[in-house]
Amino acid sequence: MRFIFTAVKLTIVLTLLTGLAYPLAMYGLANLFFPAQALGSLTSRAGRVVGSRLIGQNFSSPRYFHGRPSAAGDKGYDAAASGGSNLGPTNRALINAVAQRAKAVLAQNPGARAGQIPVDLVTASGSGLDPEISPAAAELQVTRVATARHLSVQQVRELVRRNTRARWAGILGEPGVNVLMLNLALDQAGTAAPVRGE
Amino acid sequence: MARQKAPALWSREIAGRAVVESLRKLDPRTLVLNPVMFVVEVTSALTTVVLVRDIVEGRHGLIGFELQVALWLWFTVLFANFAEAMAEGRGKAQAATLRQARTQTQAKLIDETGETKVVNATSLRREDVVLVQAGDIIPADGEVIEGVAAVNEAAVTGESAPVIRESGGDRSAVTGGTTVISDWIKVRVTANPGETFLDRMIALVEGAERRKTPNEIALTILLTGLTITFMLVVVTLYPFALYSTTRLDLPVLVALLVCLAPTTIGGLLSAIGIAGMDRLVQHNVLALSGRAVEAAGDVDTLLLDKTGTITLGNRMATEFIPVNDIHAAELADAAQLASLADETPEGRSITVLAKREYNLRGREFSEREAKFIPFSAHTRMSGVDLNGRSIRKGAADEIIKFVRERQGPIPAELDSIVERIARDGGTPLVVADGARALGVIHLKDIVKEGIRHRFERLRAMGLRTVMITGDNPLTAHAIAQESGVDDFVAEATPETKLRLIREEQARGRLVAMIGDGTNDAPALAQADVGIAMNAGTQAAREAGNMVDLDSNPTKIIEVVEIGKQLLMTRGALTTFSIANDVAKYFAIIPALFMVTYPELDALNVMRLATPQSAILSAVIFNALIIVALIPLALRGVTYRPIGAAPLLLRNLLIYGGGGVVVPFVGIKAIDLLIEALHWA
Amino acid sequence: MLLNSLLRIGLFYAVLIALSVPLGLYMARVFSEQRTFLDFLLGPVERSIYRVCGVQRSQEMTWAEYAGAALLFGAASWLLLYLIQRAQYLMPFNPQRLGAVEPLLAFNTAASFTTNTNWQAYGGESTMSYMSQMLGLTSQNFLSAATGIAISIAVIRGFVRHSVKTLGNFWVDLTRAALWVLMPLCVALTPVYVWQGVPDNLNAYTEAKTLEGTTQIIAQGPVASQEAIKELGTNGGGFFNANSAHPYENPTPLTNLLEVLSIMLIAAALTHTFGKLCGDRRQGWTLFAAMSLFFLAAYALALWAEQAGNPKFPAMGIEQRAVAGQGGGNMEGKEVRFGTIDSTLFAAATTDTSCGAVNSMLDSYTPLGGLIPMFNMQLGEVIFGGVGSGLYGMIVMAVMAVFVAGLMVGRTPEYLGKKIEAREMKLVMLYVLIFPALILLPAAAASVTRAGLSGIANPGPHGFSEILYAFTEAAANNGSAFAGLNANTPFYNLLIGFVILAGRFMMAIPALAIAGSMAEKKAVASSAGTFPTTGVTFVVLLGAVILIVGALIFFAGDALGPIVEHFAMTSGRLF
Repeated sequence: MRFIFTAVKLTIVLTLLTGLAYPLAMYGLANLFFPAQALGSLTSRAGRVVGSRLIGQNFSSPRYFHGRPSAAGDKGYDAAASGGSNLGPTNRALINAVAQRAKAVLAQNPGARAGQIPVDLVTASGSGLDPEISPAAAELQVTRVATARHLSVQQVRELVRRNTRARWAGILGEPGVNVLMLNLALDQAGTAAPVRGE
Repeated sequence: MARQKAPALWSREIAGRAVVESLRKLDPRTLVLNPVMFVVEVTSALTTVVLVRDIVEGRHGLIGFELQVALWLWFTVLFANFAEAMAEGRGKAQAATLRQARTQTQAKLIDETGETKVVNATSLRREDVVLVQAGDIIPADGEVIEGVAAVNEAAVTGESAPVIRESGGDRSAVTGGTTVISDWIKVRVTANPGETFLDRMIALVEGAERRKTPNEIALTILLTGLTITFMLVVVTLYPFALYSTTRLDLPVLVALLVCLAPTTIGGLLSAIGIAGMDRLVQHNVLALSGRAVEAAGDVDTLLLDKTGTITLGNRMATEFIPVNDIHAAELADAAQLASLADETPEGRSITVLAKREYNLRGREFSEREAKFIPFSAHTRMSGVDLNGRSIRKGAADEIIKFVRERQGPIPAELDSIVERIARDGGTPLVVADGARALGVIHLKDIVKEGIRHRFERLRAMGLRTVMITGDNPLTAHAIAQESGVDDFVAEATPETKLRLIREEQARGRLVAMIGDGTNDAPALAQADVGIAMNAGTQAAREAGNMVDLDSNPTKIIEVVEIGKQLLMTRGALTTFSIANDVAKYFAIIPALFMVTYPELDALNVMRLATPQSAILSAVIFNALIIVALIPLALRGVTYRPIGAAPLLLRNLLIYGGGGVVVPFVGIKAIDLLIEALHWA
Repeated sequence: MLLNSLLRIGLFYAVLIALSVPLGLYMARVFSEQRTFLDFLLGPVERSIYRVCGVQRSQEMTWAEYAGAALLFGAASWLLLYLIQRAQYLMPFNPQRLGAVEPLLAFNTAASFTTNTNWQAYGGESTMSYMSQMLGLTSQNFLSAATGIAISIAVIRGFVRHSVKTLGNFWVDLTRAALWVLMPLCVALTPVYVWQGVPDNLNAYTEAKTLEGTTQIIAQGPVASQEAIKELGTNGGGFFNANSAHPYENPTPLTNLLEVLSIMLIAAALTHTFGKLCGDRRQGWTLFAAMSLFFLAAYALALWAEQAGNPKFPAMGIEQRAVAGQGGGNMEGKEVRFGTIDSTLFAAATTDTSCGAVNSMLDSYTPLGGLIPMFNMQLGEVIFGGVGSGLYGMIVMAVMAVFVAGLMVGRTPEYLGKKIEAREMKLVMLYVLIFPALILLPAAAASVTRAGLSGIANPGPHGFSEILYAFTEAAANNGSAFAGLNANTPFYNLLIGFVILAGRFMMAIPALAIAGSMAEKKAVASSAGTFPTTGVTFVVLLGAVILIVGALIFFAGDALGPIVEHFAMTSGRLF
């Protein structure tokens, strides 16, 4: 019987300690030292939040680099409903979807050749919010974006390079190109040398 | 050491009886004690029912296959029963020999009035006193309370040389069924009929009284647990298969279950235990419980009496060392005189040495001319007063006192001689003739031949040997050195043993000891393995949990090895049995799903011909391996004293590695045969 | 590619060893109540907790009392967490105004989080208020892990002590595990996570106007503080639905390394605590080595399978090899920043331990790549395992290995000087038996009933894998998933909830009972004839027993799921 009281009291005390005191203290610390990150690494343009540096978003215009296919939410890149496709490797649905995406990639990107489509560009990410594509996937889109924006391939390639994250300490992770940041940079480059439409 | 002869492994007679016996053992009421084989029996019955159903319903396509599966499943049970029956049969053959000794005997019962009357031996009860005379068979186990007799114990020990049994002392126990060949003794009966040594021995070797030992119980739990787990696997495989629209038939599922269940060890487990007991009996050791045999395998420390175990029974005179200018012959002469009446083995050895070295003959003196002073613990010397001479031999300090009292000089070198002898493990006896110290007799313990090698073997087995002796530490140390014993306790009293055992046990060690005397009884009872000499007292025999019929103190080594062998055989076959399953899976799983998932044929690494032959081959292998391993189960895995780690590695490779590989080869071979014979 | 993966695993393992050894020794001090450098800070807190709750710290408990205390604490936690979820709409920190969690889902989630499983039948950002996340889930991340550590310490004591009936005081062990072990590590880790980009705020979800002009709602929350304990306590319940694949939970390769390290750290350290407490450090290293063998093999195999990719892809013009500009491999369900190397490392770690966090979607793994995580769990969650539960599971397996093969040296088997007899074998077999029963029986029910089959997302053998995986992770208290399976149904919520509870307590109780029985025994001295439970031979033996037992039990089931799917995939068959 005494055990029951102890169990209940200890549950409540430890829950308050680890479930309220600890997270609130960490909340305070986080916002004190790293306020930008604590708020979600949000990116603004002209005073408006356009997204988060860490969260991918839908791009379908040929003027923008496209991110990976997304299974988050009905339309993809729903940052309030993260998730992958969960399609298995022998599922016809997966194979058909990937085949279609591959065809679309070849159709949209002049110069893209069969056999060279980077796998990340036709497969859905785990989070559905992957902010990055592989450098190969960016390179494949350079010509298309340059053409659409009337920029030189060199200019676009340079922007890609600037928004490419190398491996951490040369060892960890895979290199990636942040699509949102790259597209923001493209838009900025576009303002410097105005193009039609924007 | 006389060994009971072990029956040949495959005696036709025993095998023939075992075949009949294995059918009788199909009775589920007895088989239920062996859960693994019971499951096999039940599933065999189920398969048979399905077979009958299919015959009645005329599904001819399946019958041939189902019939073969059912048959081999029944064979699996029968083979296991056969193994057990073989082990029991071998025991029974031994028991039959023993039983001959238990023919009807008459006993001369002495009643309260002292009258002797002849009664049937079976009517004797505890505490009855009987008279046994030359030519009589001792009617029951008991203790000699009066008289001395030579007894032929060949009936129990197989040793035909007679032994002396006398009242008091350490040679007072007699065994029913043995024969008095000279003189007479009065014996107090210590066992009721049916509880005698011989009865117990017969029951043990026949396996009638076999109770499962602790380790056997634990192992049975493991095997039962595994069997239940595999039942779970097989039962759930049916719905799993339904998911992929495969409907599995009962015989196929049963085949999988029986192949996965640890039938090899399950079928041989009791045979291993019975055979272990048999091996002990073949070494003329009688274990009063199977638990004791297992404990023998675990022993860490072995307590050994010095005398009779490590050294030959008695110290012998090996040298006369005179002091100053005394002539050696004079010393020898005085020593012999002082020992003439000394009937102890030491005393006799002095006489013998004097005769051999200096050609001095023993002399006879009448009571009048010579007064013999016997040894007493108080004076610690003995000797003779002869024609005014006082010749003494004894412990150095006492003799020095004796000489000093007579104003004699103490030669300077005496001390160093005494000390040197003691340091070498000998016993110095100083001889004095009145006020003259003549010299020293070197009495020496003779270490048994080959004992050093035996201790090395024990050490390699991981056992620590401790020698117990009443000698002083110096002597004890020397003998310990010479014999190669690990440790010793000097100046020990009977209580020392008990204390030592308790200390060792408190340190978490299992202790074995050998004893014969009455004062050994508490220690024998306290020890984890107490081996009593058959020649010892009844008290000792009751206190120990094993009796060595040969009364050979070094027998402990065999006992420990048999204990270890018993456990090893179980472990080896368990490992082998479980390792076997790997191959069986590879045979059966692809076969089960060949229709729905032809892709799984990639797992058919043995390239077995057809699904049916694959399943059948696995089942047949599973049954035959039991028969193939019967000899190993009965003979036991060879024990090698090479230390635990190398032994483990070795057995893991042989029985674990072999257990994985052998069935791949075996199943493939059977499959080829089946294909050739068009069985499936 | 190969070089890089070797470099990465080498770096990872070096850091793991460098951190886990001192942590293990530190824990040995903490639980034998020796002085530590944190006493000045935590001592007063500890004392006031005991005063408030009426804990007498010197009171020793028998195994049954210890188990009873753990059960009562679990029950109280379960009830509290259930109530918090049901009442979240009444409490503050709910900017999205999320309603009460459905009763069955709340039952399932409470069972899952109080048992260190953290299976999630819900999506975090669409279901749980910030209050539920913190007070309900973050706290249980701590407390269920602390419970596991406490029980493992009690089990170790069972082997270390002799001729006594007691195993320690659960309340004290629990409190010290939370305060001295988990809390300091989390406090150290959280700021690093925030620095790398893990958010920690209580704001409403951000409404962003995207570059292409649509609106994107970005979920927020107090993520970083929960992220730290999520991996350290091998809990694995994601703040967001996508778990550690979500860029907010695991934004960079560095956070990924830290998360994988956190997953293995305490479980690895406990092997050294074990070695330290039983007075022979090699005993700890031996378990560590056996675990490492499995871990590295699993990682290598999974990486190989995932890097090989999907054989259907090349024909579609897709490049999935590692070439300039991309890591390649099977990228469905994986993040670019992790690629196959960091994804499979995470997958191996999370399923070897009972963590269950994922940084890539296991359901989309290649068949063999997916088999590895499932088989890791089927081995009984003893390869590092859950914090605490892994160690005591491994000790139980060691007892079994010693018993099977120990006989082969010709002695009654003994582990750490304790003879293994019928009573212990009964409990060991109970432990060994319950686990497959909890997986196979419900999976059998699910694979033939409409309620079970309706949750399946992928047809063919993969669908069966989803079912088998769900119950495997539940019994193993892992919490990862072949997430395609729609498990938020009454059938799965209830069945999985019960399996989770049974998988926790029906395993912990026999383990404690074994410890209790061991504690009562006399210690046996070791000699040259004693079965050596350290060294290479024993590592191999222990590994073989774990592998063979696990494989024999689950091979049949796995053959019908991932294995047959693998052969189907290589022969080009689709479902």
